[in-house]
Amino acid sequence: MSSETKQILTTDGIPLEVSLKKAEKKNKIKAFLLVAPLLLFLFITYVFPIGEMFTRSVDDRMVTNMLPKTFKAMESWDGKELPQEEVFTAFYSDFKLLVENETQGKLGQRLNKEKNGFNTITKKLMRLIKRNKIDESQSIKEQIMKIHKRWANVEYWQAIKRTAPPYTMAKYLKGMDMYFAADGSIAQVDEDRRIHRILWLRTLEIALFVTIFCFLMGYPIAHLLATLPMKYSNLLMICVLLPFWTSLLVRTASWMILLQTQGVVNDFFVMIGLVADDNRPTMMYNKVGTYVAMTQILLPFMVLPLYSVMKTISPSLMRAGKSLGGTPFVAFWKVYFPLTIPGIGAGCLLVFILAIGYYITPALVGGASGTLISNQIAYHMKATLDWSFASAMGLMLLSGVLVIYWVYNKLVGVDNIKLG
Amino acid sequence: MALPSYTETRYRIWHYFYIAICTFVFFFLIAPLFVIFPLSFNAEEFLVFSEGMKKLDPDAFSFRWYHEMVYGTKNPWGLAAKNSFIIAIFATIGSIILGTLAALGLSSRHMPYKGLIMAVLISPMIVPLIISGVAIFFFMAKVGLAATHTGIVLAHIILGTPFVVITVTATLSGFDHSVTRAASSLGSNPVNTFMKITLPLILPGVISGGLFAFVTSFDEVVVVLFLAGLENTTIPVQMWTGLREQLSPTILAVATCLIILSTLILVTAELLRRRSERLRGINR
Repeated sequence: MSSETKQILTTDGIPLEVSLKKAEKKNKIKAFLLVAPLLLFLFITYVFPIGEMFTRSVDDRMVTNMLPKTFKAMESWDGKELPQEEVFTAFYSDFKLLVENETQGKLGQRLNKEKNGFNTITKKLMRLIKRNKIDESQSIKEQIMKIHKRWANVEYWQAIKRTAPPYTMAKYLKGMDMYFAADGSIAQVDEDRRIHRILWLRTLEIALFVTIFCFLMGYPIAHLLATLPMKYSNLLMICVLLPFWTSLLVRTASWMILLQTQGVVNDFFVMIGLVADDNRPTMMYNKVGTYVAMTQILLPFMVLPLYSVMKTISPSLMRAGKSLGGTPFVAFWKVYFPLTIPGIGAGCLLVFILAIGYYITPALVGGASGTLISNQIAYHMKATLDWSFASAMGLMLLSGVLVIYWVYNKLVGVDNIKLG
Repeated sequence: MALPSYTETRYRIWHYFYIAICTFVFFFLIAPLFVIFPLSFNAEEFLVFSEGMKKLDPDAFSFRWYHEMVYGTKNPWGLAAKNSFIIAIFATIGSIILGTLAALGLSSRHMPYKGLIMAVLISPMIVPLIISGVAIFFFMAKVGLAATHTGIVLAHIILGTPFVVITVTATLSGFDHSVTRAASSLGSNPVNTFMKITLPLILPGVISGGLFAFVTSFDEVVVVLFLAGLENTTIPVQMWTGLREQLSPTILAVATCLIILSTLILVTAELLRRRSERLRGINR
């Protein structure tokens, strides 16, 4: 029967199905066109630049472009013993060109990062070339090797060869305190120089504990706000929302005032006799300051999602639990708590994501032992100008955040984020 | 929260303990803001409560730092405030336009790849600011917009649009689409329908999203630190330098003004939220 149903036609004589599909497509395009300006804007100014950070972080074309003949000559070199005459000759002619353009300094610095001591020997070679001390009719290899004993050391030539590929993962390894050893394998840096791993762990630790503190403090007050009558809870909600709307720097400044050695908190401790006046504890420029300030600053981000979930839980559920014989604790644990888990997930993930990338507050109240990975990225952007390393670290942090964001999206859904 | 008279003692104790914890947390949240208030009237140059202030001696208080903030020599706050407001206002306008359009598209049930697109549009809110800062700086440097107002405004539009998208999408979720269909059937063109029907109805959401975008821009420091030259300094940048270098009570005077500003914004946002909930018929 159904297969023999006559096709329904619109007034124009087009089958209805086709006509509907056409309308659907038109609507789709219309909807997409509305989103397009923002999407395009974000792609150009934001998404692509983040992608560009990746090319920047792996880009190692500088040496490749500076020593083209050398790398060509090195192709036939086995890399075990000192290279043959033609590699030296190729290197000499590449280097001479760099000296003429006065860009050999960059090469020296770059190679020095690969192996310590390159800066000195490239400078020596540069001086000789400038004074025309190298006789091009004689063996270049012999002459270069005479300049400094390092030029006769195969390890330095291996280091040059390692810089040949236009792309390198070295910056990522550096971010995890590892490096490419002379033979090309991956090695760990010395124990006392592993600064980045400490920073990663500290960032995770601080983000984790701040999340836990926020949860422990946020859960009770979200519960109170959700169960109190409207007129009281609206008033108390201001205590959550006012910090939320207040400038981050204002809140950080107030913690700096509170936590300083002569500050209000210490005054209070002295007053109640907890500590002696001449033995005031340092609470700022260390981890304590970072924990306290970050917890207060991120607490609203925990309370608001918890509150919006708790608000939907009917109080009769708890009453039912109690009337069925549960003590208030059992009723809470078996009935109320499981219902708030979506809110807990949303709040904890949000706070964790925000805490893991925190920059301003740790930089101001954290001191040396309270700085996080973001501060290190800023340091390399501004002070050492090692932008490719900053990009690499940034992307490592970003990949971690994106994983959490993905989980958040699966659990909560980004379109369920509520503000205020 | 009065307890019924039959409550057992241990639950009574637990209840008071719970109230005590909540009081402590509320105090922890709000008290730090109030410490700035009295200190900004300090007559002395230190950021601690002087003996005179503790005894409430009127001579220990003064408007000295407010005077310094407005009339001080070589004082950066005037320029910073001007820049902050200009940047924030333009960034808000940009965010509202782009964000509202996108939210309208996203709320259509015909929108393909809704989840994915939403995730991209919200990402500037989630990605750590330092990474956004680095990426935006690379872009602005390449197109020659670093250290210009335009560059900072564009950067703040990026950071502000997610808030507009979220609030307007939320408002549209309770929107009755039959009213726009009614308008169309009565012969109105889409632009007219939007201006006369849709916009007035979603206005609370648009404004509260705009407030978020304004505050985000007004308070933003990480990205500006990468982008700003001396000419584009903003209030947060000045506070940042002040807090790092010389802690002067002038900062507290500025901070007090900012707290007053945020209170005003909070009140506006709350009123809008209630109005919008009333309009959407959510009875609480």
